[in-house]
Amino acid sequence: MNKKSTLSWKEYVITRLIKASGYSAIIFVGMILYFLLSQGLPALQEVPLSSLIADRWYPIEDYYGILPLLGGSLVVTIGATLIAVPFGLASAIYIAEIAPRWAREILKPIVEILGGLPSVVLGFLGIMVLSPTLQVWLDLPTGLSAFTGSLLLGGIAIPTIVSVAEDALDAVPRSYREAALALGATHWQTIWTVTLPAARSGVLTAIMLGIARAIGETMTVMMVTGNAPVMPNGPGALFAPVRTMTATIAAEMGEVASGSTHYHVLFFIGIVLFLISLAVNVTASAVIFRQVKRTEKLLS
Amino acid sequence: MPNKNDSVKENKVVLENVNLSYSDGTESLKNVSMPFVANSTNVVFGPAGSGKSSLLRLFNRLNDLADVTLLEGQVLLDGENILDPNTDVIALRRKVGMVFARPVVLPMSIRKNLTYGLELAGEKNKTVLNESVERSLNQAALWDEVKDRLDDPAIALSGGQQQRLCLARSLANEPEIVLLDEPTSGLDPISTNKIEESLQILKKDYTIILVPHSVHQAARTADYSAFFLQGKLIEYSAGKTIYTNPQDERTRDYVEGRFG
Ligand SMILES: Nc1ncnc2c1ncn2[C@@H]1O[C@H](COP(=O)(O)OP(=O)(O)OP(=O)(O)O)[C@@H](O)[C@H]1O
Ligand SMILES: [Mg+2]
Repeated sequence: MNKKSTLSWKEYVITRLIKASGYSAIIFVGMILYFLLSQGLPALQEVPLSSLIADRWYPIEDYYGILPLLGGSLVVTIGATLIAVPFGLASAIYIAEIAPRWAREILKPIVEILGGLPSVVLGFLGIMVLSPTLQVWLDLPTGLSAFTGSLLLGGIAIPTIVSVAEDALDAVPRSYREAALALGATHWQTIWTVTLPAARSGVLTAIMLGIARAIGETMTVMMVTGNAPVMPNGPGALFAPVRTMTATIAAEMGEVASGSTHYHVLFFIGIVLFLISLAVNVTASAVIFRQVKRTEKLLS
Repeated sequence: MPNKNDSVKENKVVLENVNLSYSDGTESLKNVSMPFVANSTNVVFGPAGSGKSSLLRLFNRLNDLADVTLLEGQVLLDGENILDPNTDVIALRRKVGMVFARPVVLPMSIRKNLTYGLELAGEKNKTVLNESVERSLNQAALWDEVKDRLDDPAIALSGGQQQRLCLARSLANEPEIVLLDEPTSGLDPISTNKIEESLQILKKDYTIILVPHSVHQAARTADYSAFFLQGKLIEYSAGKTIYTNPQDERTRDYVEGRFG
């Protein structure tokens, strides 16, 4: 009897502790959101919506059009995604399915280390090496462009994608591959028709995490995209300087007077960023969740 | 000389002095020589770790994936040594179907599972594919149970149905040999019975090589039996005498349930 009550006492404390840390996470996020909204929403009163959704960002003369920043972020992120997804998936497939064991044992830790590189280091490499090289190769007026940013962001997202996707592929039971091979599938057909589909939700998660990392990245893009808040128009914009939302916040927040219109607009940009990340994550988990639910239904 | 006489059946596969070791030093097959007879159920039985699975995986070269360090001897399928490095492994695997101990349905619909092999081989004709689906499901005694939901995901089937789907899937490739590695080990007696009944009919057209999950199943199904112990072929016999009157002491012990 006695023993049982000490046990339940311990359990009570542990459950409470876990509950408390769970709730505190929610509370902190809630407080951040509240702060973001309270500082950002006044922008809507101080600047008419039509001026916010405009294509001129020049805060000194009270032009607060955020479209060029939104466009800059979109161009750089889409570019990074287009680079990171194919290369990331190809590397993950190579490491999980094709590489001999010794190569796998070398490559896996390398990928993890690359994933942990501080983005300032990459930005520095971008400025010193990548951007001058691109300027010469592509014969551009400046090497600091959306393309340079996309390349670097893609490079940042690749380790995330490789690492998560490789784990997902690795988790596919060996029996699946053997079943496919025993039916006369080639190695490549097995990967394409069985292993990848079986790892689908993990691979999607990998892609979403990679994109999320690219969207939220600040330092690198601030260092290499040239930081010109110009509206990207047409495919040529990829090779022109742009400025992303994150870079704008980071570069200008230090210089604005607290409580000024400019200050509020910067927070408003933060809200927009938040909504975009939220949309990406909700889409991702909806896709993954739908699959989980389907398999659950099947297994019940 | 292969005898074309109806009463005497041909040897479909002949093993000659096969040795197989894994990289960890396990000698899984030691100098194994034996025939596998066409249009019959060839049973390979023995205790755990006696090399039955290693033997079966020779026939479709699935051992290629494992860490095999030593592979000697010959496996003659219709007189051709399939261990030869120049063997077309993909073509071989179409000719030699396999059903595993635990059902492995691929993450796709029932129909897709069945047409998978043929589609890989380049078959696109819908009529051919549909006919193959119906034929193979009938052969595996599954058609009546799934004919109305062929496009449902295959994991929705019960374990017993999944295993029959796996049998049907390997039959859809129109193989010549069907390997079954303890195909009923996870199944209830009724599903087991269904598979055994299918095998009885299938052996008219195919060479069946079966690792049974029990001595009882071996005795029920065998036309030819081979008893293995620690990688060695201990006793081989036609008919069921090996179960009623084994010649080797070790076979007798195993059959009578004294070890293993
Ligand atoms: N991939 C592998 N790598 C190393 N050793 C292996 C491998 N596969 C099997 N072995 C070893 O080879 C021996 C024979 O194994 P095998 O799977 O052929 O036995 P089995 O007769 O099928 O046994 P069971 O009845 O348990 O399925 C065992 O000692 C096993 O540990
Ligand atoms: Mg086995």
